[in-house]
Amino acid sequence: MITVEKPLRLLYFAWLRERLGRAEERVPLPPGVADVAGLRAWLQGRGDGFAAAFAPGMPVRCAVNQDFAGPSTPLRPGDEVAFFPPVTGG
Amino acid sequence: MARVAVQAAAFEVGTEIAALTAGRADIGGIGCFVGTVRATAGGRPIVAMTLEHYPGMTERALAAIGAEAERRWTLLGCTLIHRVGRLVPGEGIVLVLAAAAHREAALAATSFLIDWLKTSAPFWKKESFADGSDAWVAARAEDDQAAARWG
Repeated sequence: MITVEKPLRLLYFAWLRERLGRAEERVPLPPGVADVAGLRAWLQGRGDGFAAAFAPGMPVRCAVNQDFAGPSTPLRPGDEVAFFPPVTGG
Repeated sequence: MARVAVQAAAFEVGTEIAALTAGRADIGGIGCFVGTVRATAGGRPIVAMTLEHYPGMTERALAAIGAEAERRWTLLGCTLIHRVGRLVPGEGIVLVLAAAAHREAALAATSFLIDWLKTSAPFWKKESFADGSDAWVAARAEDDQAAARWG
């Protein structure tokens, strides 16, 4: 029997959504990716818009399962991971 | 428990204050902050501001901010309403109400709530200019400093 891990649900907001041309996608947790920093590096490696949007130093914030997350926040299959610019509400 | 709402529709301040105070005689003061859309950004006229948010996380974040205010001050009621979608200059964006027995707690909690909301609730503003261009609003360091002063 083959066990299929639940994919990550990735969400993008504001200029990230526009630049990447998508609001949401599902991807399997990439091999070797254990935390947010690892996922960012993996996304950057996709090239094109992703390389620019996730380049080091870009003002991109993250939430995991709807809580603000840092680079070392761990990831598990099935997590909801959102990337977005610094918030500007109020 | 704070009343929290994320909505496209306009809010009415008087209606919200009436709802917060209905049937109560223990409230001595209500702090109120209304954020509105300015007609210019960086000296350029704007025709609209569009607010995007993260459904689900937004409501959680607003509830958490309200709970933090209730932990820090003895509040007798609290309302946080944030609008989303396309707004035009002059329209209300955000409403913060904090009710307490005395003005110090009501005013301080109101100030805290809007400062924290600006830096910890997942909303993003895009300004549409009169010349047809638009741009996402950049986060301001002053907002981070305002939130940080509360510790």
